[in-house]
Parts: sequence; structure tokens; C-alpha cells
Amino acid sequence: MKLHEYQAKEAFADAGIPTPASRLAGTVDEAVAAAEDIGYPVAIKAQVQVGGRGKAGGIELADDEGEARDAAESILGMDLKGYHVDRVLVEEAVDFVNELYVGVTMDRGEGRPVAMVSTRGGVNIEEVAAEDPDAIAREHIDPAFGMHPYQARKAVYDAGVDREVAGDVASVLTTLYDLWAAKDGSDAEINPLMVTADGDVIAADAVMNIDDDALFRHPDLAEMQDEAAEDDLEAKANEYGFDYVRLDGNVGIIGNGAGLVMTTLDLVDHYGGSPANFLDIGGGAKAERVTNALDMVFSDENVDAVVFNIFGGITRGDEVARGINEALEAFDEIPKRVVVRLAGTNAEEGMEILNTDLVTVEATLEAAVQRAVEYAEEDSQ
Amino acid sequence: MSVLVDENTRVVVQGITGGEGKFHTEQMMEYGTNVVAGAVPGRGGQEVAGVPVYDTVDRAARAEDANAAVVFVPPAFAGDALFEALDAPLDLVVAITEGIPTQDMSKVYRKLRETDTHLVGPNCPGVITPGVAKLGILPGNIFSDGNVGLVSRSGTLTYQVVDNLTERGLGQTTAIGIGGDPIIGTDFVDALEMFEDDEETHAVVMCGEIGGEDEEEAARFIGGNMDTPVVGFIAGRTAPPGKRMGHAGAIVSGSGTGTAESKISALENAGVPVGDTPEEVAGHVEDLL
Repeated sequence: MKLHEYQAKEAFADAGIPTPASRLAGTVDEAVAAAEDIGYPVAIKAQVQVGGRGKAGGIELADDEGEARDAAESILGMDLKGYHVDRVLVEEAVDFVNELYVGVTMDRGEGRPVAMVSTRGGVNIEEVAAEDPDAIAREHIDPAFGMHPYQARKAVYDAGVDREVAGDVASVLTTLYDLWAAKDGSDAEINPLMVTADGDVIAADAVMNIDDDALFRHPDLAEMQDEAAEDDLEAKANEYGFDYVRLDGNVGIIGNGAGLVMTTLDLVDHYGGSPANFLDIGGGAKAERVTNALDMVFSDENVDAVVFNIFGGITRGDEVARGINEALEAFDEIPKRVVVRLAGTNAEEGMEILNTDLVTVEATLEAAVQRAVEYAEEDSQ
Repeated sequence: MSVLVDENTRVVVQGITGGEGKFHTEQMMEYGTNVVAGAVPGRGGQEVAGVPVYDTVDRAARAEDANAAVVFVPPAFAGDALFEALDAPLDLVVAITEGIPTQDMSKVYRKLRETDTHLVGPNCPGVITPGVAKLGILPGNIFSDGNVGLVSRSGTLTYQVVDNLTERGLGQTTAIGIGGDPIIGTDFVDALEMFEDDEETHAVVMCGEIGGEDEEEAARFIGGNMDTPVVGFIAGRTAPPGKRMGHAGAIVSGSGTGTAESKISALENAGVPVGDTPEEVAGHVEDLL
């Protein structure tokens, strides 16, 4: 789960990381009032969860009321990389002499956290990492002990941060790590961490992503989840608790297990079709989940045929078959042709239960995918 | 021969009193697995499927001489359960649980490095040596014994590939589902190393997917260290960049590594034939044997 910038900043400020004065606004008038309170110049920043907001016109500076009004009018309501902007953060514009980068993430290859510092802040840090890896100082953290202050100092000096601010930057980094650890972060980043002429450091941006699997420990964060910005079908998938990705083809795909569903997508492509979606019903699915999955895929008007591919392990074929029957029996006319392939745990029981008047059954994955591709071609004509 | 699991494997099931724990304990025993105990806090003295339950793994292991654990504990408590198993200590721990917080696994992984235990998973289907024992949720009936080793990041994809192998009469020494989470115990390289050292394993199938760099690392290992032939499969060729395809940690970063193309070319450069379909994978194995 991604936090919005304003939510992350609030968490940073609570933890003791210096942030600029700021206020959230949902209308132009609110934005102007916030700017007057904070004092000019201000930055007006779209609160959508995409990178590169500045380049896309989602961040503007304002020196007076007129500029604040113009900026808020142009940003509020704009479509930014597919996301509708309905809130802006109005923030004190910080006069800086340097821009740094600090971040904490999980190094999956190492199986432990890594803290990063760079003097090349304020730019796309992935690009810096790709072209000049040495420009980023990295320090791995033992999760049993957490980040020692000396490790933060080491990273900061290795990165070549000015000696005058090194202590403050190291302190921001240890605080950021502690926050990341306490909140089950997957990534926490400040880019840029601005250094002012007076030698203060201020977090001018804030990124915080939380591990979805750990949200049960953080009900306060789970409440912040913002589903409004998502695609309608993806929002529906969230409600049903499915892993779902909408694609631009016309063969609907339902299966169990990410690897097998991806393989089914690849086979649809291999046999000349085009996948409409990725939908993983997960392990141990009961009949109701299967009904919901069909509802999802039928709701996508691009879908011309559906392939249902289940290889049971923890999922049982009889449960799946019951769900397919229940879902399809509810229709007077089934909207799309459905091809089913059932294998693994209780597959035989499932095949006996399955109402073959409603679906086409194929014995192998390859045959099921080919049949669905054929149906999709016929029905799209 | 086999790797990780043989007739001397004595299993304690953590979370045996839960729905999945009980069902799969019965399935494992039906397959022939030597399940000797269950461990559930507060449930010591009970019996599940004829198996005695203990309050702690330590007691279960000492009383029943267990040397392996299968973990069906819910995600919120699974990290603790894994520490308990690693502390027992046991030779093999198989973690089936899906959705363990990554920071919990990071701490488990750190503990793991101080032990001699093999951890398989989490979020995995388990380990099976056909005809001998299975530890986990794999459907036993699709496997047959033979000389092909299999290692896979995806559970259901494992079943699919095994189905294609078995259909052609290509039995398996051991199949290991290593799981698709960001932090796992046994990885491709560990599994490939075990198969390389196993005389009965004459070929290995390695099933990977997009995301991470484990397959690229495995390719480097195969190129430099393996005589046993390996056949590869990579799921997610059609996945759009930047989209998270399921819970499996399968995300393409867009930075060049982690994509299906990058993994396939790394494997092919290491002399590993990569099948376009599971059916083709089985065909390649047949050609090699």
C-alpha cells in the first residue's frame, strides 16, 4: 500500500523528521487560504500516487495569491498519468542550496534491509542507480539489531555529504529506518532532502510504501487506503480480494496461483490470442470466490471468451466446479463462452459435478487455451 | 536417492489443529509421510488424525524424535512459528503459509543463517519425494518416481509441469516448491546444488517467473558449476512492465533485469534450453535423458 505524500509527511513529522509547513486542500479557495496562512512562496502539489509529478505539470510554485489561484485551478481536476487529481498539498517553498536523497528498502537478494544516501537528490534516483551505482552509498542493516548510528554516519560520509550537515542527515536516516521498521515499510524515501543556506535539512518530498501483508498490524494505516483512484474493475477486484490486472486483450483468464495464471496468459499469447486480464483466485478458493471471479471477468466488456484453469493443490476441484455451476446457472443466457480445465486435488469429483451444458471442458491446459482463443476469435467477429 | 526428504524424515506439523493443517496432515499420511507429531500452543495432549499434539515444537521433537516440520500457522504468527522450528532445531522446515510480512521473514532469514536447517518457503507448496513422502500441500497423485529433479517458484505451475513430465513417463527424484515471496529460505541455487550432488537426479527442471534476479543468479551457477543438464521455464512473458502480477512478488522493475526476456536469455546463455510451454519443457527433458 502506497501512502500519499501528505500522509507520509505527517508520519515523518511525527517521527521527528523536519518537513515544510503544509496543508491539504480539496478546492481552489481552500488552496489559496492555505497559501495565505503559510506565507509565499508556496509549492502546490497534486496528491496522486505517481512518480514524475513535476514534469507532468502536477507541481507548481506560486509567489502570490493570483499565482496560487492559477496553480490550484490548473492542478485540481487534472488527469495526471491516468489519475484524477482531487486534492493538493500546499506547502512552504524551501530555499535550498543542496538536494540529497535518503532511502530505506528491503534488499530481497540479501534478505535484509538496506539504507541508501546520495548527494544526487532531486532527480530520478533509479536513473542515477542505473548509470552510476557508486553515486549511492549503501549500508545493509541487521534486522535483529536495527540501524546503529555509526552505520548512518558511515553511509552519509561515504556518500560525500557536506560535513556541516552530516550529523543531521545521519539522524534523519536513522529516524527514517526506525519508522520504516515500526510501520512495516517496504520502501521509505526522501527525495529531495533539501539543505538550506542556514544548514537545516528538510524533507521536501516523502514516499512511504507499506507491506500489504503487514497491514493487520497497522489498522491506522489500513484505514488510509485510497481506492478512489483505481480502475473500476481493479477496485472491484480489491473488494473481492483478488489479485487482478486488467490488460487490453479479449480472452478472459481465471486461474489459481500467480505462476500458473501467468503461464496461462503466456499460452493465450503463444496460440495467437490476446489476454484480457490476469486474475488469480488464490489458494483454497471456495465456491463463492469462483462466482465472484466469473462476475469480474464478465463485467469486462472487452472479454469475448473465458478460460478457467485450475490445478488443485490446496484448492479443491469439487469446490471450484460447484462455484462455476452456481455462477452460470444464475444467467438466463451466459454472456461469454467459458472453457474449463480442472486438474489436481479432487479434480475427478469436480468433473462429475461440473454442468457441461454450461461450459466447454478440455482435459489439458494447451487444449483449453486453444479452444478459448478460437471462441474469442469467433465471438469478436 | 532424493534430496531433503527420505524414509527417515519424521515430521511435526505446526498448526495441525487448523482446517488446512488437519486436512493436509491426513493427505500427507495417506501418501506415506511419517507424521509423528503436531505442535499447537495450548493444545498439548490432544490428538489429530491419530497424531499426538504438543504445546511446543521442542517437546514434540524430543518426544517423537522429529527432524522436520511443516508449518500451517496463520501469517500473523508464522514468523514466530518459524523461529520456534529453527530453534528446536530441525533438519528441514517447510513453510506453507502465504502472506508472512516481509520484515518478519527478514528476521527469520537472519536466524536461519546461524543454523544448519534447510528452510523451504514460505508461501510454497512444499517438497515431495514421489513414493516416499510429501511435506506440504502438493497433490501426490500427479507425481511419479524417477530421475528428474524439479525446483519451482510457483506452486500450481509445479503441478502443471509435473503433469506434463509424468504423462511422458518422466518421473521425479524430488520436487521442491521454493515459493515466490521476496525472502525465501532455499533458493534456486541451493536446490540446484543439491540436485547436482544427487546421483539419482539425471536432469533438473527449473521453473521461474518474472521479478527479482534469482533466475539470473541461478543461470550463473548452472554455467559455472553444473554437469547435470537443466531445462528452464519462465512464466510471465506477457506481463506488462510495472504491474504486480499476483502476490508472488512478481513485478517487473523496468530496469532491464527481472523481465522474462532477461531471465530466458541468461538461462539460454548458460546452455539451458527454455521451453515456451510446459509441454515443451517436458519435451526438452525427454531429449536430454
